[in-house]
Amino acid sequence: MTLLAPGVLWLAIFFVLPFGYLGYQSLQSGIYPNFEFTWEFSNFTDAVSENREQLVRSFEYAALATLIAFLFSYPLAYWIAFRAGRWKNVFLVIVIAPFFVTYLIRTIAWQTILSDDGFVLDVLKTIGAVADDGRLLATSTAVVAGITYNYLPFMVLPIYVSLEQVDRRLLESASDLYASPRQGFLRVTLPISLPGVFAGTLLTFIPAAGDFINAQLLGGPGQRMIGNVIQSKFLVALDYPTAAALSFVLMALILIVVVVYARAVGSERLTS
Amino acid sequence: MTAAWAFVKRHALTVYATLAIVYMLLPIAVVFVFSFNQPAGRFNYVWQQFTLDNWINWDAPAGIRDSLVTSLLIAVLASITATALGALIALALVRHRFRGRGPLNFLIFLPMAAPEIVLGASLLTLFLNQTLFTLGFWTIFIAHVMFCISFVVVTVRARLVDFDTHLEEAAADLGANGWVTFRKITLPLLAPAILAGGLLAFALSVDDFVITYFNSGSEITFPVYVWGQAARGVPPQVNVIGSAIFFVAVGVMLANAIRQTRRERSAA
Repeated sequence: MTLLAPGVLWLAIFFVLPFGYLGYQSLQSGIYPNFEFTWEFSNFTDAVSENREQLVRSFEYAALATLIAFLFSYPLAYWIAFRAGRWKNVFLVIVIAPFFVTYLIRTIAWQTILSDDGFVLDVLKTIGAVADDGRLLATSTAVVAGITYNYLPFMVLPIYVSLEQVDRRLLESASDLYASPRQGFLRVTLPISLPGVFAGTLLTFIPAAGDFINAQLLGGPGQRMIGNVIQSKFLVALDYPTAAALSFVLMALILIVVVVYARAVGSERLTS
Repeated sequence: MTAAWAFVKRHALTVYATLAIVYMLLPIAVVFVFSFNQPAGRFNYVWQQFTLDNWINWDAPAGIRDSLVTSLLIAVLASITATALGALIALALVRHRFRGRGPLNFLIFLPMAAPEIVLGASLLTLFLNQTLFTLGFWTIFIAHVMFCISFVVVTVRARLVDFDTHLEEAAADLGANGWVTFRKITLPLLAPAILAGGLLAFALSVDDFVITYFNSGSEITFPVYVWGQAARGVPPQVNVIGSAIFFVAVGVMLANAIRQTRRERSAA
């Protein structure tokens, strides 16, 4: 038990206890630096009604980014698990390579790629996909693309791990029993890989909903997410009670989404 | 044309995977390539001309060296502390069955699942409502240890599941006391797992921006420096350091992979 004590104590004081303080702060009233605890529940209703737009946008962006990341990652993970042969580990390193570049720097790299003078915009303008005075930066597309990119390894890896567990003999039996490759995939591979999909979507969605870096660096005023609001209320406006209330709201909404999602896909079935 | 189409159709998945991998590596290539650029204005967006200046004078922009030193110092201290605390928890979880394992596992899982902004914000409210710590170097250290512990526990535990407790018992039977057993048997067996956990903690600490930004006060780590420059135009030296971090990380990872393959071969 003494082995546990220091680490658990650290988590208790600097991880669990702060949520108590977050709640305490969220029910205060006043103006910086004179806050007073007054059970100010209106902080919550005000925070939600004033930032409804950013809240909704955060969850839309996060859901969209998660969906795109899934569609992108599944075939890639499948290819690495079934086709990459002895180069598997090399491709896995490549998949997590983005994590080796500081988060902010790789997002700034997307700024460069999508910039008004960048070649991507040039190409899109030439083929007419974007109007001549159009932009990529400061659009929802850029922010969603940035979020999707930044969390891709979180999606690819769990799906890969679950696909890797598919017993190849099951597929052989399926084919011996006259299942087409398509049926083999739908009846054997896909169901076995669902826990990985479940883990991957959560690992992508949760941080994506709270993200503010992509909206700040790749978006404009019209792309602000709830993370941007929380960040600026805490660190710029010094409106701690509202910021704390919003943090709680964000956390609660994420929790609700996760629980509903887990129920819908039947996580008991997946994790057993 | 039809032959090419037939090839694409037959290898559709491979073609797709190739494109996907190119896409995943594209921003990394951009970071590296633009570290050799000599930007015309403040923004390093358009390729102008090749130069080695940024690599030679990597610390020319004011504050960049200090921020890097701060980041590395915090990463060293935080990863050592988190590794010690996390490895002990992992050891207890693997070796002992005790009541409260379930809640403990949950406590360890939560910091990894919670969105960073909520972790950063809640810790900030703790620091705002007390007088013991002022925001700065040590609050960043505390925050980094906090979010690294869980990752260390998970990494170490994953490698400890096949830990053979009989070796410890054998040592005790041969007259070794608790401390000697720990030093001669337990620690050497644990070393690779602890090293892996420590490296992960170090990497997480160096890379962290969100939690750091909330709890840094006026202290500037490298990611906080980059954030501050982002609005004004990031100097190409940031690309230099980004590339350097990338190559060091890949190097460490490859070295670790090679070492492990060798060990598995010699064990086989």
